[in-house]
Amino acid sequence: MSPSLDVDRVRKDFPILATEVHGKPLVFLDSAASAQKPRQVIDAIAHHYETSYANIHRGVYQLSQASTEAFERTREKVARFLGASDAREIVFTRNATEGINLVAQSWGRSQLGAGDEVLITEMEHHANIVPWQMLCEQTGASLRVAPIDDAGTLRHGEFESLLSTRTKIVAFTHVSNALGTINPVKELTTLAHEHGAIVLIDGAQSAPHLTVDMRELDCDFFVFTGHKLFGPSGIGVLYGKLAHLEAMPPYQGGGDMIETVTFEKTTYAPVPHKFEAGTPDISGVVGLGAAIDYVEQLGLDAIAAHEHALLEYATERLAALPGLRLIGTAPEKAAVASFVLDFAHPHDIGTILDQEGIAVRTGHHCAQPVMDRYGLAATARASFSIYNTESDVDALVAAIGTARELFG
Amino acid sequence: MQDLRELYQSVILDHNKAPRNFGVLEGASREADGHNPICGDKLTVYVSVDSDDRIDDVRFQGSGCAISTASASLMTEFVKGKTLDEVGRTFGQFHLLVTGPATEPSHTDGLGKLAVFAGVREFPMRVKCATLSWHTLNAALEQSSETAKTE
Repeated sequence: MSPSLDVDRVRKDFPILATEVHGKPLVFLDSAASAQKPRQVIDAIAHHYETSYANIHRGVYQLSQASTEAFERTREKVARFLGASDAREIVFTRNATEGINLVAQSWGRSQLGAGDEVLITEMEHHANIVPWQMLCEQTGASLRVAPIDDAGTLRHGEFESLLSTRTKIVAFTHVSNALGTINPVKELTTLAHEHGAIVLIDGAQSAPHLTVDMRELDCDFFVFTGHKLFGPSGIGVLYGKLAHLEAMPPYQGGGDMIETVTFEKTTYAPVPHKFEAGTPDISGVVGLGAAIDYVEQLGLDAIAAHEHALLEYATERLAALPGLRLIGTAPEKAAVASFVLDFAHPHDIGTILDQEGIAVRTGHHCAQPVMDRYGLAATARASFSIYNTESDVDALVAAIGTARELFG
Repeated sequence: MQDLRELYQSVILDHNKAPRNFGVLEGASREADGHNPICGDKLTVYVSVDSDDRIDDVRFQGSGCAISTASASLMTEFVKGKTLDEVGRTFGQFHLLVTGPATEPSHTDGLGKLAVFAGVREFPMRVKCATLSWHTLNAALEQSSETAKTE
């Protein structure tokens, strides 16, 4: 039994939680869009700028060396966090989206041709749809989509039947941002591998909430983003198996990704630097390192247990409200409650909740095909994180009551 | 709650629940689709303009939030029977009402019931909800009847 989360202490780490919105204490229920930042991350970034900032991989002077070390230490930390066997398998990107685009453009364009297939699922975020559509347009490959059922669970049989020798890459989300569904990613990866396809997992929504282990999942690529993990925005991670990364052509050209440059010929730096053209987000990487420290110190098991308890409480309270319909009711779910009300449009709900100091996401959640699947234009989505409490859920329920008073 | 009541005036709530002039206008001379991708609001405005450049009928169809639905409904009521010039002037006035600084009462002169949208000014994220139907009407009116039919 892992120690439970001390939420009061956690809340004190997040300065923004002391702010007020429209004269009400902030109730932040939009961590699935982007998480708030603890003092530890904010301080680490400030400390880096104040004591050891310089460009990396360039100068021979002491500051550049210190900056480089902080940067590369974080790469090792990320490798450990993901259970990767080698830090060279960690490529820093701007976000999860860029990681997927990198794989689609580098691996995809060099490997795919007419007649090949890319398989995704119906629950994907636009970030795991559009890069593959672009790739298919460029190469003549086709995009196939595995459907979900009414609860938001992937239809396992149909996923399997869509796999064939034509399938070259399978890309699916670990956790659905719009529905909360947790996919059985290890099983799906094994199935894809049995058909000779490689696998990319979109971990944007899972890395902050679940333990992920590359050696256990055995996926070929995994992406996540710093800003949902309590780190800064603008920094993300692509994990790729070393053999793939070494075989792949560069994604962007520029400084830092080369070995030698002449006007006749350029040779590229070894991985991962081959994929990191130009000056990266150095302080972002340092902030990401501090965020991983923070999450590891709380413990992902404790985090998952806390969030699961909150999800159960929220589901019970929300489901009891007349006129409320939960969208996404898979048996395996992360702490996301998407819902619609029969008396108010999600956009109106968003405004009403905001007046009560409650931040939720309203709209299509960058998952328009999911909305189409349910015949909806939008939902309201409350997502729960380490700093949320049952009283946040109570505030949400009370504010929905206000909406009913106004609209009912 | 007071701020919310400023935004969601009873006229708005009424027109959201029971939108007027809702549905397809058979024989419309012009129509246009409006879409707000941020919130997914979608509507189509159908207009019939007579030979004196006067709107003799207008209807709308679609789905959206209370502000956009009520705005479309109240707009159709307001513009019916007005000339295209009058509609153009009203659109400008309405735009100022929902985006401009607190308006003097005289600035809402002639807006009639549309003045209930003054509260939107305090909610910048909702301005597009209130103006979507007007932009769509404008798009419909800018088409000639010939091009509208080819679509």
